[in-house]
Amino acid sequence: MKDLLWLVPLFPLAGFLVNGVLYLISHRTRGEAADAHGSQGAPALAAAPAPSVHGENPAHTHAGSSAHDPAGHSPIPLKTAHTVVGTVSVGLSCVFAFLAILDVGIGRLSEGAAHVVTLYRWLPLGVNQAVGQVHGPAGEWFVDAAFRLDSLSALMIAFVTFVGFLIHVYSVGYMGHEEGYGRYFAYLNLFMFSMLLLVLGANFLLLFVGWEGVGLCSYLLIGYFYDRDAAADAGKKAFVVNRIGDFGFILGIFGIFSLFGSLDFGKVFPAAAAHPSAYAPYLTLVCLCLFVGACGKSAQFPLYVWLPDAMAGPTPVSALIHAATMVTAGVYMVARCNVLFRLSPDALLVVAVVGGFTALFAATIGVAQNDIKKVLAYSTVSQLGYMFLACGVGAFVAGMFHVMTHAFFKACLFLGSGSVIHALGGEQDIRKMGGLASKIPVTYRTFLVATLAIAGVPLLAGFFSKDAILAAAFEAHFASAPWLGRVLWAAALFTAGLTAFYMLRLVSLTFWGKFRGGTEQEAQIHESPRSMTVPLIVLAFLSVVGGYVGIPMVRGGDRIGEFLHPILLPLAGAGAHTAAHEAAASTEALLMAASVAAAAIGLALAYVWYAKGEGAVPARIAARFPGVYRAVSNKYYVDEAYDSVFVQGLAKGGGRFLWDFDATVVDGAVNGTRHVTVGLSWLSSFFDQYVVDGLVNGVANTLQAGFRGFRRAQTGRVQNYALVMGGGLFCLVAVYLLFR
Amino acid sequence: MKVQATDWLLLSPELFLTAAGMILLASSVFVGKAKEELFGFLSVLMLGITGVLLVFVSTMPERAHGPILGGMFVVDNFALFFKFLVLLAMVLTVLASVRFVGEAPYPGGEYYALVVFSGVGMFFMASGSNLISIYVALELMALASYVLAGYFKGEIKSTEAALKYFILGAFSSAVLLYGLSLVYGLGGKMGLADLARLYTGTQRTNAIALGILMILAGLLFKIAAVPFHLWTPDVYEGSPTPVTAFFSVGPKVAAYAIFARIFYVAFPKFQADWGLIVALVAAATMIWGNLAALLQTNVKRMFAYSSIAHAGYALLGVLGFQTKFGMWGVLVYLLAYTLMNFGAFALIIFLEAKGYAAESVSDFDGLAKRNMPAAVVMLLFLLSLAGIPPTAGFIGKYYLFTAAMDAGYAWLAIIAVLASAVSLFYYFRIAAAMFFTDGVSAKIPVSYALTAAVIICAVGTLVIGVAPESVLDVLHRCVPSKY
Amino acid sequence: MTITINHFLILSFLLFAIGFFGVLVRRNFLTVLMSIELMLNAVNINFIAFSRRLSDLTGQVFSVFVITIAAGEAAIGLALTISLFRQRKTLNVEEANTMKG
Repeated sequence: MKDLLWLVPLFPLAGFLVNGVLYLISHRTRGEAADAHGSQGAPALAAAPAPSVHGENPAHTHAGSSAHDPAGHSPIPLKTAHTVVGTVSVGLSCVFAFLAILDVGIGRLSEGAAHVVTLYRWLPLGVNQAVGQVHGPAGEWFVDAAFRLDSLSALMIAFVTFVGFLIHVYSVGYMGHEEGYGRYFAYLNLFMFSMLLLVLGANFLLLFVGWEGVGLCSYLLIGYFYDRDAAADAGKKAFVVNRIGDFGFILGIFGIFSLFGSLDFGKVFPAAAAHPSAYAPYLTLVCLCLFVGACGKSAQFPLYVWLPDAMAGPTPVSALIHAATMVTAGVYMVARCNVLFRLSPDALLVVAVVGGFTALFAATIGVAQNDIKKVLAYSTVSQLGYMFLACGVGAFVAGMFHVMTHAFFKACLFLGSGSVIHALGGEQDIRKMGGLASKIPVTYRTFLVATLAIAGVPLLAGFFSKDAILAAAFEAHFASAPWLGRVLWAAALFTAGLTAFYMLRLVSLTFWGKFRGGTEQEAQIHESPRSMTVPLIVLAFLSVVGGYVGIPMVRGGDRIGEFLHPILLPLAGAGAHTAAHEAAASTEALLMAASVAAAAIGLALAYVWYAKGEGAVPARIAARFPGVYRAVSNKYYVDEAYDSVFVQGLAKGGGRFLWDFDATVVDGAVNGTRHVTVGLSWLSSFFDQYVVDGLVNGVANTLQAGFRGFRRAQTGRVQNYALVMGGGLFCLVAVYLLFR
Repeated sequence: MKVQATDWLLLSPELFLTAAGMILLASSVFVGKAKEELFGFLSVLMLGITGVLLVFVSTMPERAHGPILGGMFVVDNFALFFKFLVLLAMVLTVLASVRFVGEAPYPGGEYYALVVFSGVGMFFMASGSNLISIYVALELMALASYVLAGYFKGEIKSTEAALKYFILGAFSSAVLLYGLSLVYGLGGKMGLADLARLYTGTQRTNAIALGILMILAGLLFKIAAVPFHLWTPDVYEGSPTPVTAFFSVGPKVAAYAIFARIFYVAFPKFQADWGLIVALVAAATMIWGNLAALLQTNVKRMFAYSSIAHAGYALLGVLGFQTKFGMWGVLVYLLAYTLMNFGAFALIIFLEAKGYAAESVSDFDGLAKRNMPAAVVMLLFLLSLAGIPPTAGFIGKYYLFTAAMDAGYAWLAIIAVLASAVSLFYYFRIAAAMFFTDGVSAKIPVSYALTAAVIICAVGTLVIGVAPESVLDVLHRCVPSKY
Repeated sequence: MTITINHFLILSFLLFAIGFFGVLVRRNFLTVLMSIELMLNAVNINFIAFSRRLSDLTGQVFSVFVITIAAGEAAIGLALTISLFRQRKTLNVEEANTMKG
């Protein structure tokens, strides 16, 4: 079985191909039929479902619209085929993933065994010429198409395929009435394939292939409702931001190649571990480049802005891609490269600070959001921050543990929110919800369980993983800044309280109290079909028990730690990060008590303020500190900073200027200035925007001037071109004479 | 210096192609406009026969005897690679032109004949091993190209494109020719092998250096590198689109062939002197090409700038000629580039209804809804052009960037990565238009020839990306040996 | 004073430079064409001078090729002249600037 590892990604690929072909064929025949109708084409178009007005899911408003297929084909068998191919392929992939893991043996994996299945030689690079290498293996250079099963990838494929399968099942119910059902499943299967490629790839290049693949699927799925501008814009935004990350990632890969002369995990990491002192000086830069990539994919500050907007995609996609799997790819990559990161304390410090800051920053935004999916989105950004914080303080095991538990409860929360949205016919504003607990009981109960899990209530999954991170942060010792561990711990603790607060706020506004929507809407509220509730129940169950693989303090209880240990093993003598982990049991109990207390305070405040007090206190607070409230509820104006640059660039560029360009080049600079300014406006809420505007205008104008230069050089006059060529010739000669 | 009978046999593809061009030209007098599809099929047939002849030539043991016809030509693996590549470009061009030429109000036989003559020039360029033969071949290619650019002689834009191409092309080739004459003054030799022996790198007289630099400038014009690129956007926009597609691959590929011959074979010792120059040119080309492409709304202009940028990437391989990956990377990249760039152009042609419109990005709006396969294939080409794995473009870039790193131009490799990151934006604009925007659902007429061209490109792009090993091995054997 | 090869080279360089700047500054397409011809013929002087100096016939052969190609170029150039004039009623190359930017 273990040699059939390649079947794991192959099944989704096959599913993608079959679904894609089926979709194309049906699309083609339907299109031709519509054309054949000629003048009757317009009624045929009108019969097709119109874009939804108030939400992403038009299903219930005109349910069964797909039955009115314009061409008169019976869509039922086709839909069944899409469903079967889509879900079964992922299900099979899941089965084979578990079989492969069992075949290699959990025991053997936890001893550090890695099983590599090489399919074929992908890139032959010939014989090593050893340029720029320090200790590279001599001999042939090549890149294989190979899959690697070790404890890290085993953990990943286990939950990716399993959660993926559940979400596919859920999609059957949720997307059932949407246009382009087949297209949706094709994209989703392609996503699963890419994700598995990313996780199983045995070298950086294959990892990169998967990395780009999941990105592509993410854009396609975010923009799935492409008749809605917000969705298309969100897809574009995700694209723009991820380019910056990918640029860093590619540079990191180049750096690794030039350092080690190989991209194979099985060669790079042992080489780095064997000669730490030789590589360490170069690794900080490489690791920072890799981390930039991770920041883009895993939505860390300042590249997080795309993730909340990505919620414009269908909710199962948010659950699968933007919560459970793809966004954790950055964490996976950092954990995969833990050998390199451990050799660079400076890079780890950056990872920890960025992670800790993002966790806190996103949590504060989450407090003031009113869109059910936006709250969850900022929560995801915040939890991803936790994971990076864990990696940054050297607790890679805790980070990966949190990746897993987070996949369970966050998928459950997103799917639950999808169920709520489904029940309310597309409503996403929690101010217009309330009192849903009795009407959709299954959704409510599962949602509540997952909420308690993410809040860190003891004995639920989130508690153990979060506690592990907090403990690791507390005990972290950074050579360059000894106090930093405590600061990060305090921030993470505060974040834990905030998390509990905004999550219970979400629950109480959504499920408790009285329904605040229209009566007509109220009458239509209904529980979701079985295909949607069963995945919810399974995920809620996992949110409860998922943490029991990693119980701290109890001897033999930390099974996940033992399992991942060989891959995420601290290097012997690699530096400051190894010592801190053996804390006294009493300290650990104290820390645990602190985090429980933080969660309890958060939950209690939310309960008192929102469930009992119906939001009066928060409203008073908001009225008391308008500047703060405005800054928070407007997400610290980060998006506005992008927009102002880019809108101005667009407008003044005479319409030719494109949104994407400004965002790429200036966002760094402008974002920075904007954040500083926003920070000041906290102190005095009317700190003028003149500075910002001036800067933004300045940058935009400079850019336009530069670009007009490009266009102006192209005068259209042939003799000017000849003149430039003549000048070019003189430049060639001049460079030759000056530098030979 | 003796001329063998087999020499002519070794040149049989060129000779046959010349005859084919003349037959096409002559017969166009007798065939009416209505039956012009015949010329398309005839051309494909002739090109097929040429392909068979090329295969035949590649198996001839006489190739090993060295240069033929008194040192004028050489038929080594390197030359054969470029001939196959040019042949591929010609076949694709003819396939992409069938519908288009049928709709145009101009005689079609001439069109195909000009494509073939231009191709003959490129064949000779690939084989040339003497500055005389190289120059004459270059001019043969260029003269036919000027006329092709102006094929729509009634259109203002087409004539303007031809005019610009002609003036600047003639100007640059005069510069190149002056450089050739100075190099000739070095020792009265024109053969590349003789020059390699003569030019030891120690005679640093400025006259010789000036000559080599002028040759360099002339070649940089042909591959459209900054600052010799300004003709490209205008000529690409004004020419009929299949011709643009042809220009974007054929002449560039052939120019790279002689670039390699002259600078890899004849003047390797000059590398120390031109290294920095070419590095600066490559950096400027990548940056300018990509940034200027961002501003374009006309797809043909956008792809013109994109092809400028791609010329910049390929220059990385030129810089790394002395390393393992340099020449190999250039060959890999040119093959990948031909497939993906032509594929993208083929889809632009596919979308053109009238045959000659200002094709804006918005013409791609909603293509995914109108014709999903076309949108998917276009996405593949765009990903490949942007260098996203697993596509041919990624493999090519990977080799080129590695070559630049090996040659000690790490800074240039970083610029190249950054430039490719920027390039994604304008490629993605087309993708976004296809997938995220609604468009008018005009019926797109189907052309089987065009579909065949697209399929060839798509399959090639994907196969080279996913399983490139055998292709890479073949290309490795095509790296020329130094004399 | 004896005429050495340097004199020929200087002459040819001057002719080439005149042609070079003629292409850059003359507005009339026909004059531009003539300037290009001037550049090509300057090259021919170079070739023949070198050929004479080095006692090697290749240069003279090359100059014959160059003359042939120049004829081809002239043919295409004149055809373009007609085409240009038909469309714009002028031979000013500056005015052919519909495509730019």
